[in-house]
Order: sequence, then structure tokens, then C-alpha cells
Amino acid sequence: MTDTALPTDVRPGRLGHSTLRPDGVAKVQGTFQFSGDLTADGVLWGATLRSPHPYARILRIDVSGAWKINGVEAVITAADVPGVMTYGLIDQDQPVFASDVVRFVGEPIAAVAANHPDACRRALDAIVVEYEVLEPLTDPEKAVDGSFEPIHPLGNVFRQQRIVRGDQTIEGPIVVEGTYELGMQDQAFLGLEAALAVPDAGGTGVELHVATQWLHEDRKQIAACLGMADEKVRLVLGGVGGAFGAREDISLQVHTCLLALRTSRPVRMAYSRHESFLGHVHRHPCRIFMRHHADHDGRLRRVEARFVFDGGAYASTSSAVLVNGITHAQGPYKCENATVDGWAVRTNNLPCGAMRGFGVVQACFAHEAQMDKLAVAVGLDPLEVRLRNAMETGDRLITGQVVESVAPVQRLIRELAAMPLPGEPVGGHDRDPMRLPGGAGRTADVGNVRRGIGWAVSIKNLMYSEGFDDYSTARVRLADGVATVKFATAEVGQGFVTLAGQIARSVLGVDNVVLDQIDTQVGSAGSTSASRQTWMSGGAVDGACRLVRERMFERVALLHGVDPLGLVIEGTEVVDTVSGLRVEVSEASAGIEFDETFEHHHRPTEDLDEFGQGNCHTAFAFAAHRAVVDVDPELGLVKVVQVATVQDIGRALNPLSITGQIEGGIAQGVGLAVMEEIIQVNGHVKNASFTDYLLPTFLDMPDVVIGLVEEPEPQAPLGAKGVGEPPTVSSTPAVVAAIRDAIGKDLTRVPVRPTDIVFG
Amino acid sequence: MTEPGNLIYTLHVNGQSSDVRDAWIGESLLYVLRERLGLMGSKGACEQGECGSCSVLVDGELVCSCLVLAAGAVGQQITTIEGVAPAGAPSDVQQAFVDAGAVQCGFCTPGLIMATHSLLERSPEPTEYEIREELSGNICRCTGYGRIIEAVQRVAVARRGAQ
Repeated sequence: MTDTALPTDVRPGRLGHSTLRPDGVAKVQGTFQFSGDLTADGVLWGATLRSPHPYARILRIDVSGAWKINGVEAVITAADVPGVMTYGLIDQDQPVFASDVVRFVGEPIAAVAANHPDACRRALDAIVVEYEVLEPLTDPEKAVDGSFEPIHPLGNVFRQQRIVRGDQTIEGPIVVEGTYELGMQDQAFLGLEAALAVPDAGGTGVELHVATQWLHEDRKQIAACLGMADEKVRLVLGGVGGAFGAREDISLQVHTCLLALRTSRPVRMAYSRHESFLGHVHRHPCRIFMRHHADHDGRLRRVEARFVFDGGAYASTSSAVLVNGITHAQGPYKCENATVDGWAVRTNNLPCGAMRGFGVVQACFAHEAQMDKLAVAVGLDPLEVRLRNAMETGDRLITGQVVESVAPVQRLIRELAAMPLPGEPVGGHDRDPMRLPGGAGRTADVGNVRRGIGWAVSIKNLMYSEGFDDYSTARVRLADGVATVKFATAEVGQGFVTLAGQIARSVLGVDNVVLDQIDTQVGSAGSTSASRQTWMSGGAVDGACRLVRERMFERVALLHGVDPLGLVIEGTEVVDTVSGLRVEVSEASAGIEFDETFEHHHRPTEDLDEFGQGNCHTAFAFAAHRAVVDVDPELGLVKVVQVATVQDIGRALNPLSITGQIEGGIAQGVGLAVMEEIIQVNGHVKNASFTDYLLPTFLDMPDVVIGLVEEPEPQAPLGAKGVGEPPTVSSTPAVVAAIRDAIGKDLTRVPVRPTDIVFG
Repeated sequence: MTEPGNLIYTLHVNGQSSDVRDAWIGESLLYVLRERLGLMGSKGACEQGECGSCSVLVDGELVCSCLVLAAGAVGQQITTIEGVAPAGAPSDVQQAFVDAGAVQCGFCTPGLIMATHSLLERSPEPTEYEIREELSGNICRCTGYGRIIEAVQRVAVARRGAQ
């Protein structure tokens, strides 16, 4: 499936090669240090007291009992926050500690430091908080219609945004509509939130080792809350055990620093799994109405939509998630006319923010269900209706923005249709009962199991939007043939540490690359999110390497009397294309250090106007998914048998890494389709554990078949698009479409529950 | 935390005897391995035996160390990820995980390495479904499991070829 015009005989360790992770051996041997593994002499443990109520007024906090617990060294509340009392990525509306009102179950109220985790637990138990329990706002529609009193001084609506484009009077002739819902998904990274804070002597500063997605943004928010200058707060990336969006917001960072500064001792904090479910933001639950108007031949004429994103108690990135959702309402299809209304609102549910796919997962679930309805309404195959509407480079989005990115939507669909279907019939040739829905012993009668096939296609924006000056920084030094690369890019498992080395080797012609510590001693890299680091930090490393290479070429040119413009890198040599001169890079960089820093900025974007018009996004990537499922319609059980995908990646810089991103992304999409949901009842969380929040295991995960479309992206520094999010975006609707195909029911909500299948 | 009920006991970990002093009796094997013996390779991610990140061998049996009381493991032979192979000289399973791309964030990896060694010990040539069933107590959130299955199969093939 890959474009064979691209070079395939790449050198080991260089761009295009499936280079192995530099941290791989440490990770398989257990010697890689995750943030939760970090400790220090004289270290204390920190822990957090959290609200048991979704909405309550705090009448009194009495911490005196905590001080009586043996081993307790600090007890802090809002009164101990020296700087700004609130934080947040976009709006600073979330208190470091609640002092007057608690707005979600799990909101921090106090923190303690003690010499043993169990002493912390007892100290938290000994803190007395008196509440006046209030009726929580849990229905987001009541925030939209204004029928609920504001639960926060900033009101119950984070953002409302419309998109109005083209002819608003178009109706039909074919009309399909539906209302769709998505539950709250948790990122469920394995490495729980953890940090180690080490105070400077005299308490004038602090060093925080933390698992995060964006060191510099964390530092900005932490420093503000500590009342310190940014440079007094130094952040070092602690080993990150997965992220998926949940580490973009502050969780324990400020608390850990406060406890360390208060005790003048190093402090470790580590969340439990239960606490992690409450202590980070989640994927927004969303309710979407969509109505599509089309011609009899299936071509879209107008899309109408209404989105309500439940942002929970605090803003986090809700306003950006909203814009991502509504601006992707048309999907990867041509559509000239649109009427979209969107709200992101505040409730007393758990706060929501970033998760892989960031608003587009929600939009895609709705528009893909609609495309299947449209196919039925006009009597077309689900693929044909998508092919007829497929977006191309140069088409306009409903925001008026022209899609300048490579947009091989038709090619994705055609190549997906040609992917092999599962070779095994229902139940498998070997009749292994593990192959049946629900596994061995669950499915009553194999003869009842029905197989279904579903399709979905997606468009996902890459990088940040709406005027944000998004950039990443890298510093590269070259001496004696060794390149040292420094960046603040959070390695969360995605493999940027592998890619950075590949870039340096390719551009500089070196074999030996040293990666410096990832910390705030270099400029910001921006967040490891929005499928942006290959493009942004890849661009920064590439840019810094090119500057260094230029300096090296100048030196070679001077020493050998040749034109620097004639010099290129071949293998590990500097080669003059005019004279044939060849100099090893180790020789060309002997006894000197070239040291360059480069900031890569993507092109500017714009805010949306009041009609939702504007060039708000940077670039786009596309993906197509086909799911095959076996369903037991009597017991409501689903076995996802296979997910096939073809993805628009620009250029495969590391095919093995891409496979990992695609398979892992599909796992999270399958999870949302059939099992993953944080269940809240009146604001109370019912399943904050791995026993009750179901994640795909080895047995749940289908076979994955992958095709890559490599059409290098002209805008991208390395021709490569980000690959992390698209696998999650359209795999969910493909699985649900397959279940619909199997049983003939509408299934308008994810995750699809057994009761939806049996009684829906 | 020195309080009544605390005690001294000896654990046999990776072929060595280690005294655990002043420990609270309620500490899990995972906590004692990590915080008292400094063996940070075993990871805690759920504290209730659902994710397998803390997997170790106790008298050759694969267990979740978060569910075992450390004081209850006295007199038994405990093997952790640190005892699988010398640092810098990975076992065949460990190397296969690296080579097959089975590692992303790596947090689940030590537990999966323990589970895979245990599986291949008991069943040298597992079918794909056997691999899925046997490793289903270990959750990975990054990889979608495909490269891990590939790694296990590579080891099985290589070991067969070596015989």
C-alpha cells in the first residue's frame, strides 16, 4: 500500500528506517526511571484530600487532627498558596485548593506531607471538613438554556460558537438526521500521576521532576501559583508512563512544590488509580444532533449540527475542544453550506479536557453515522457515498478555510476496500471458544452470532489552532562527529526520542547522537499533543541540524577552497558535488563545536469570527477504517474481529513507530466503541478503578491490518504528518457501524452497551 | 513509621536475602520491593491485580505483587524484573520486545516481560490465542498489543530453532 516512489533503502538509524527506541533496553529491564520511581534522601510523601461531593459549600476546614498523626510534616490548604489561587491552560478558573465551594467529586481541598504513605492516608482521614451539600448541575442542557444558577463566578457556559456558511435555506431533497451521544472516556495511561519536588536551599526556588506533556506550560502555571519568577521553577521530565491528553493539565504539580517548599524537604506525590480517575481531565461527553441535506445522488448540500460538550467543573481546554468538534462537523467531505451551533458548558461532573482526538472523535462518531444513513436513503453503498463526497486538496471547509494539506481521501477509501478481510469465519476454523463474543462460555449458541462490517473516514486537524503562536525549540551541538540534541519535548512513549536521533543522523551524517536531559533549560517545545511533535519538534531538530550543517559546510569550504553551496552529506561524509572532495563529518567537526538553536513555528492561524469563519487550523490528516465484528444479539456481546485502516501519513519516518501509533490508537477507539466509560450518577463517580472501568485487553483487541498512504506534505518540515490521533478518531465509528450492520439497530451512543444491543 | 506491630523479616529476592526492617505489617510486596529494597522495576498502576504491571514470580508462580503481603512472602523465592537478566544484557524476551516495537511508554513492560517468561516456560510454543489468554492479565494502553504478540512469537520461534 505504501508509495513505492519513496526511497526504501534507507540507512539504519536514519529517517525512513524502523530505528529502535534508545530507551528500549532500559524499559524492558526495569531500569528506566518513571516519575513515580524518583526519590531523594530525606524524602516525604505527599497526598491530597479530595471532595466527596459534586457540589457543596465548604463551611469549615479543621486540619488540627492531621497534625496529631505521627510522621506528619506539613498540612496545607488554600490559605497556604502564596501566589495566584487558580490555574488553567486557557482560563485560570480552577483553584489550587477549594476553599469556599467544591465543584466536582475529587476536587482538592488540602494536602499533607508525611514520612510514609499510610501516615498520609491517616492524616487525610483526620482532617474535618464541614459541607453544606448543594444540588449539583449534572445535565449540560441546563447550562445551555441558563436554567441553572451559575455554579462558578465565570458562569456555566465556557464557550458558544456558531458556524454559518453558504445558503441557509437549502433543504433536502434527501434529509437524514440523528442524535448521537458519547460517554466520558478516560485516558487510563498506566503510569499514574507522580512527581518529585526538590526545594532550593532557602526556599527561593524549586526543581520539579514530573511526568507531563508540556514542561514550559506547567512551569508557567506552577510559578504563578507559587508566586515565583518562572526561572525559579525548573522542570525536568520524569519518565512518562503514557499521556494521551491527560497530562496536558496541572494535577499534582503545584501541590508537590508547595509541600516541598513548606517542609524544606524533597516531596514525592503519586496518585492511586482511583485518585487518577478523579484527578485529571477526561474526554468530553458530548451530545450531537446532525441533519444532512443531500441530492438524490448522495452529494451533500448542507449540514446542520448542534453540539453540547460537557466540560465538567473547570474550563481546561473545553473551548478548543468545542471548536475542533464543530469545525470538523462535515467530516472529510465536500460541503458548501452549513449551520452549526456548539456549546461547551460547565457542570458538576468531572472536568474534561484533552484526549487523543480532541473534539474530533465526537464529531466523527456523528458524521459517520450520518453518512451511513445517507447511503441507505439514496440507495448507495456506504463506500460509494463517501467516495462521491470525498474532500480534495483545495476544497473549502465549512469555516471557509481552504484545505491546503494533501487530502487523499478517495485513495484511502479505495485502498481500504482492497484490504484483506478476516480469513476466519464466525467462531474460527479451530472452533476455539475464545473467539466468540464474550469469550469462552459466554455465547450460548454460535449459530446466533452475526457478523457485521462497518466503515468510517475522518479528517483531523494537526497542531494548534485559532491564532496560537505554536512553536518548538531545539538546540544541536556537533563536535568530533558527535551530535548532542537538546529539547523540551515531552517523550510520553510516542518515540520522539527515536525520531530526534534519526533526524540528526540524516541531516548531519553522524552515527553518534546524544540526547540531552529533557527539561526547561532550553526553549519550549509546546505540548506533546494534537499530533504535533513530529512536525513541530521534528521541524525544530531538523532546523537546528541544518544550521549546524551550514556552519560545518562553511568550514569545509574554507579549509578546502570549495563552494559551500556544492556540499552535501552522503553517509557519514561531507561531499563536494563539484570537485568530488570527500571529508568525514568527524573530521569536518574535529576540534570545534558548532552550536545552534532553532525555533520552528508553523504558519499563523486565525480566530473564528462570529459566524465561525476563518483560517483557524494549520493542517489536516485523514484516515479510513473498516471494522469486522461478531455480535451475539441475545446477550449483547461483541467481539471485534478485525480493524483495517489506511492512513494518510505524509511520509513514514519510522514505519515501526507508526505501526505502534496506529495499533495503539485503534485500541483506544475500540475501547470507546464497546466498553470504556466513566459512569457518573448525579455527579458521583461509580467506576473509578481498573476493575470497573473496562479497558481492552489482549483478548478484546482485534487483528489490525494497516496500509499507509505516503504523499509527502509540502507544508511539513519533514514531509510527515502526525499519526497519533487519526487512528482513534475513525476506528470508533467503524466499529459501531459494523455492529449496526450485524444487528440492524440504530445504536446512537458509545460505548455500545449490551443493553443497547439487546433492547435498543 | 515505627509503631507497634512493626517487625523485621527476611525476603529472598533474585537469589539474595534482604532484611526488611521497621516495616508496617500491612505493606504489600510491591511496596516493599520498591520502597524498602529499592527494586523500582516492578510498577504499580491499579493496586488491585487488574493490570499486571507489578507481576513478579513467587516460588516460580506469576503473581501481582500489589496483592501479596510482603510479610506473607517470607521463605519463598521471589524473582523480579531485576532478576531476569543482568543490566545491559537483556534476556531473549526482553530483546524481542525492543526489536519488535513492543515498547512505547514502557510502564507495563516489566510486568509483561515477567508474564511472557512465565508463559514460555510453561508453554514453549503457544498459539496466538494462548498468548492472548495468558497475557490478558497485563494491560497495555499504548501499543494495542500487536507488537507484543509479535515479540512473544519471535522468541518462541527462536527458541525452537536453537534446540
